[in-house]
Amino acid sequence: MTPSPSERPYSVRARGRRVVALIRKEVRQIFRDPSSILIAFVLPLILLFLFGYGVSLDTTRTRIGVAIERPTPSARGLLAAFQASPYFEVRVAADRRELEQPLTLGELRGIVVIPATFDADLWKRSVAPAVQVIVDGSDPNTAALVQGYAQGVVAVWARARALEAGRATGASGSEERFWFNPELSSRFFLVPGSIAIVMALVGTLLTSLVVAREWERGTMEALMATPVTAVELLLGKIIPYFVLGLASMSLCALVAVLLFDVPFRGSVLALYAISSAFLLPALGQGLLISAATKNQFLASQLALLSAFLPTFLLSGFLFEISSMPRVIQWITNVVPGRWLIPSLQTVFVAGDIWPLFLRDLGMMTLFGAVFLALSVRTTKKRVA
Amino acid sequence: MLARLRALIVKELLVVLRDPRSRFILVGPPLVQLVVFAFAATLEVKNVDLVVLNRDEGPSGIELVHRIEGSPTFRTVVAVHDHRALQRAIDQQQAIGAVHIGPTFSQDLLAGRPANVQFVLDGRRSNAAQIVNGYLSEIVNTYVADQNERSHRVASTPRVIPRNWFNPNLTFTWFTVPGLVAIVAQLIGLIVTALSVARERELGTFDQLMVSPLRTREILLGKLIPPMMIGLAHITLYVLATIVIFGVPLRGSLLLLYGSAFFFLAAVAGIGLFISSLSATQQQAILGAFLFLAPATLLSGFATPIENMPSWLQPITVINPLRYFLVVTRGVFLKAMPFAEVARETLPLAFIAVVTLTVAAWLFRRRTE
Repeated sequence: MTPSPSERPYSVRARGRRVVALIRKEVRQIFRDPSSILIAFVLPLILLFLFGYGVSLDTTRTRIGVAIERPTPSARGLLAAFQASPYFEVRVAADRRELEQPLTLGELRGIVVIPATFDADLWKRSVAPAVQVIVDGSDPNTAALVQGYAQGVVAVWARARALEAGRATGASGSEERFWFNPELSSRFFLVPGSIAIVMALVGTLLTSLVVAREWERGTMEALMATPVTAVELLLGKIIPYFVLGLASMSLCALVAVLLFDVPFRGSVLALYAISSAFLLPALGQGLLISAATKNQFLASQLALLSAFLPTFLLSGFLFEISSMPRVIQWITNVVPGRWLIPSLQTVFVAGDIWPLFLRDLGMMTLFGAVFLALSVRTTKKRVA
Repeated sequence: MLARLRALIVKELLVVLRDPRSRFILVGPPLVQLVVFAFAATLEVKNVDLVVLNRDEGPSGIELVHRIEGSPTFRTVVAVHDHRALQRAIDQQQAIGAVHIGPTFSQDLLAGRPANVQFVLDGRRSNAAQIVNGYLSEIVNTYVADQNERSHRVASTPRVIPRNWFNPNLTFTWFTVPGLVAIVAQLIGLIVTALSVARERELGTFDQLMVSPLRTREILLGKLIPPMMIGLAHITLYVLATIVIFGVPLRGSLLLLYGSAFFFLAAVAGIGLFISSLSATQQQAILGAFLFLAPATLLSGFATPIENMPSWLQPITVINPLRYFLVVTRGVFLKAMPFAEVARETLPLAFIAVVTLTVAAWLFRRRTE
């Protein structure tokens, strides 16, 4: 690759040729290094499987106990309603004390106590009959869901009973509709969310590792001694890993749709636009980390701490941002993943909603520009 | 033998504590995890943004809207005037849901007919949507019941009295923080062990160790004990933070917790040594550790219950040490778990420890010969 004498070293053509040569070198390295293939293709599939199968917030058939202190007709009717509910798997006992130990051990998630006075109270006007629902509060999310489902079973049973008796009580006719995801499958948001984590891993962890290795071995300095400029050098790194990031995203998207039955209601164009916009800050962050640490070990730790953990915890992927303390809510604004998750979930489950996409695209491009500018500056300074 | 072993342990501890990179590993990730996990990892739903489309002309619609506004769960309740605005607010995630009160709401209530209220929720965030739906139905049901009482139609719906054992206010940190004790013990135990042999091999000092008078068994023990000591130190710090900073009640016995922690750390250190003897460089050891940590954490019941997993996947979790130790940390803190129960969860840990340590020792010998 010696430039012909007629060509000036910083003409556009010469620059282009150098970048292409760098890209070619990088691509060869990617295919020869087992750890890049591991991070770009094996790890994403493992994560996708874990989030598709292993992590689920859908409580199906929770095990509860029902203590029926006196088997009167109404109490038995309510028990039958619990047994018929698709949410519960019921163990019956005559005394709630029989069920307390299983609850402590976590074998049961809740106990419904239908008191001995239940039937009698139903016919009294002065006292409302009471059903006690005891739940295992050590897992608050499941506890709240069990309370909610139990309340629903009691309400439906009471309404059916009133209708049977011909007493139309002014029951509330509230009905609910869940848009985009009527079956409330948590997979619909977990699987697209895990694609965000995959892109953070490829963009930041892999890039920072590979570039830090070049710094460690001194090959980066060797490259600097050639006519290659810092910008060309970074372009030669960004372009191949950008393409690699899009490739592993595409693989994950295919698996999500074909294997996990996640709907894809938006357009392919929007998916690639959103992913590309996210890869800019992710790659910029990776380059910045490697240029600043010049050490594979530190780079990998910083990448996990500053890219993987925030994308997992602070992006709204699994945990609602609005429920976090105010300071942490504010911090989430500078996590690029926080601007990726809403768009990514939307393009899969809801469709093309461009006002939302444009906001997120703008924010991610802004972060990308900042990180890339910083990494160019750090790379230049390091060499001087 | 004891003197040699002690020398080796002191050397291992010095290596870990003197190297700035190792020190970073010991302090950085655990600290960040404690702060971020404890505060951010919550499945609670608070500060919810909502829109309301009230098409009712009578007084009840307005009263219901006031009730919703009065609930502490909702941060903003914005009135919209047509369906398009409602749809836009949900589409663009300005609100997680909408309450649509039909035009005949007041009339229906007066006449004792089922009153028409519809909740529209954003299924993209299905867990939060479901919880918001629960809050909203409760508000509407209570309102309707109150109206009925006012007009002397006594509702026959039995009251449900909720009781939350072990955690009366369903405080989420009581769930996350004791779990973090186990998570951090795993992280530290694994990383320190995984790096130790890989580091020696990378630096070439492993061969020096092999030609020293130390026996293989002693080297193995010398590689095993320091990470367990460091792991126990981290557990102690986290237990203190759990009690002092996060105010989680400690109802059970610390002795049982530490007894179980010993076997957990042994199991984890065995896995770490296993990874270590398979990797040629520290880089590979770190990637290997990550490859183990991600599934072990997600399939442990730390964030979501094991019983929600598909039935073919649940049996796989029986080989996951974290699964057992999580039950112990949460049980000892919140449920005053008795000895018999802690032992039942610790027995599999001891078994896993024996298996992983045997395999690690075998690999270790094979690699050195």
